[in-house]
Amino acid sequence: MTAPALQVSALNKRFGGLPATKDISLTVMPGERRLIIGPNGAGKTTLFNLVTGDLTPDSGSVKLFGQELTGMRTPVRVHLGLARTYQILTLFSRETMLHNVVLALLGLDNLRWNPWSLLTGHSHLRDAAREALTQVGLADSADRIAAETSYGERRRLEFAMALAQKPKVLLLDEPLAGLSHGERQTLRALLDKIPRDVTIVMIEHDMDTALGFAERITVLHYGQVIVEGTRAEVVADPRTREVYLGD
Amino acid sequence: MTRTAIAAVIIAVLSLAVPWVITNDYYVNLASLILIYALLALSVNILLGYGGMVSLGHAAFLGLTGYCVVLMVLAGYDQLTTAIASVIFSTACGALFGMLSLRAIGIGFLMITLALGQIVWGIAYRANELTGGDNGITLPARPMPFGIDINSALSFYYFTLIVFSLALFCIWRLTRSPFGASLMGTREQPRRMSMLGHNVWMIQFITFVIASFWGSIAGLLYIYYNLFMSPHAISLQQSAEALLMAILGGASSLLGPIIGAAIITIVKNVVSTYIERWNILLGLIFVVVIMFMPNGLVPGCRQLWRSIQNRRKGRPPPAKAASEPAA
Repeated sequence: MTAPALQVSALNKRFGGLPATKDISLTVMPGERRLIIGPNGAGKTTLFNLVTGDLTPDSGSVKLFGQELTGMRTPVRVHLGLARTYQILTLFSRETMLHNVVLALLGLDNLRWNPWSLLTGHSHLRDAAREALTQVGLADSADRIAAETSYGERRRLEFAMALAQKPKVLLLDEPLAGLSHGERQTLRALLDKIPRDVTIVMIEHDMDTALGFAERITVLHYGQVIVEGTRAEVVADPRTREVYLGD
Repeated sequence: MTRTAIAAVIIAVLSLAVPWVITNDYYVNLASLILIYALLALSVNILLGYGGMVSLGHAAFLGLTGYCVVLMVLAGYDQLTTAIASVIFSTACGALFGMLSLRAIGIGFLMITLALGQIVWGIAYRANELTGGDNGITLPARPMPFGIDINSALSFYYFTLIVFSLALFCIWRLTRSPFGASLMGTREQPRRMSMLGHNVWMIQFITFVIASFWGSIAGLLYIYYNLFMSPHAISLQQSAEALLMAILGGASSLLGPIIGAAIITIVKNVVSTYIERWNILLGLIFVVVIMFMPNGLVPGCRQLWRSIQNRRKGRPPPAKAASEPAA
């Protein structure tokens, strides 16, 4: 039996008196597509922040392919194959799209410590960045300043930066938020093209797109896992309907 | 790119020609002093402009290097050993200071650098036995690099120019390097950078050490220029002035701190002989620049030049350009 790609056990985090996650446990197998849903404030993004190391849990553990991540700084986790996108766009908005992806590539390249060579001289970085942008259909916008592109393009840039790192586990925090119907279809097609050796955990509210994508679904409510199972099981479960899908 | 190259050549020729245009030793010395302060401003600007870290203790490195040089020469060490050891000592102190101040960010960082700078100043001021206290201590003679005498104003100017040019080139490479790109990334989005696999703390720490290294080199030039070290040279005012030079000229550009250093040094040394209240003039310059060119003189003039050119070509003025990155 292979180690799970991501194993979260009894994870607790309180903000003051408010528990953001209560004993969350979930296991995501390699190659799986997992969807995490739940109403606002259910602790979905907190869960991501605990997995990436942006937040420190009060108790519990996070394992990536069997390796304990607790106590590890965020960049070390990234070097182990973890990548994420943000619900609120977090880009280098004054730089070109290409440079944004180059920074993502640099993060995993020892070249990042080099204070002497010219960045523009390293064509392998530029080529790899262009390739990542081509993957998401932004090849023509590579040299535009991120701040001057459309919201949809920036969403895809956010995606390209994570993909460029060739992660093993990819955390997507509402990748479709704020996109038009057409743009959603484009991004959905991109998601489908990600090879199966990448495990994906996605937070998403757009059920039409997300339900079709995920194999297993976890429903969070007030920081707790209340339902988990296959698409059919979760949709059929009365508790899901109660807290999320509405009456 | 070619325009930058042409500008660089013109500036290089001008700097070389300075002593031929102004033959008066006083002004040649002033030119040397400008270069020394420009290097100090450039080094603090690595932190400020590229790393977004405001340090108010950077003059400490002038002092650590300066006092170390004087004390070692007085103790009988030769000039070369002294110079190398002093820079290493001062940079090592920079590493320690970096470790301490990078425990905080923003205002906290600023306050810790301020405190550390004041500690160095306090030791210089109080440790009479070692540093001569308020009276300062004197370096007996300038070194003779490769046997060349640099005692005249002219030769010292060229010595300073060579060191400055080397430093400028290294700092320019730094800003264009992968490390420089990572550094500017941490200024904009530290959290994202760490999520991309960058060790933000380490990047900032290394930057602090690099900045203190170039600050120490400026200190080396400073002590050779003045042959005298006193607490006044490393006071809080000196640290603040280095910052102001960078901000006045434009912290986002490489040329900015140099221009800023030139303006402030000239106002302090030349204009002050004609205008008694030169501080007011300096203040006025600041207010005017910050009001009309909030990003500093160099980026401000660039923007002005661009809009003039656009108007001449009859093009509509571009939508307000994205403001240059400033700390």
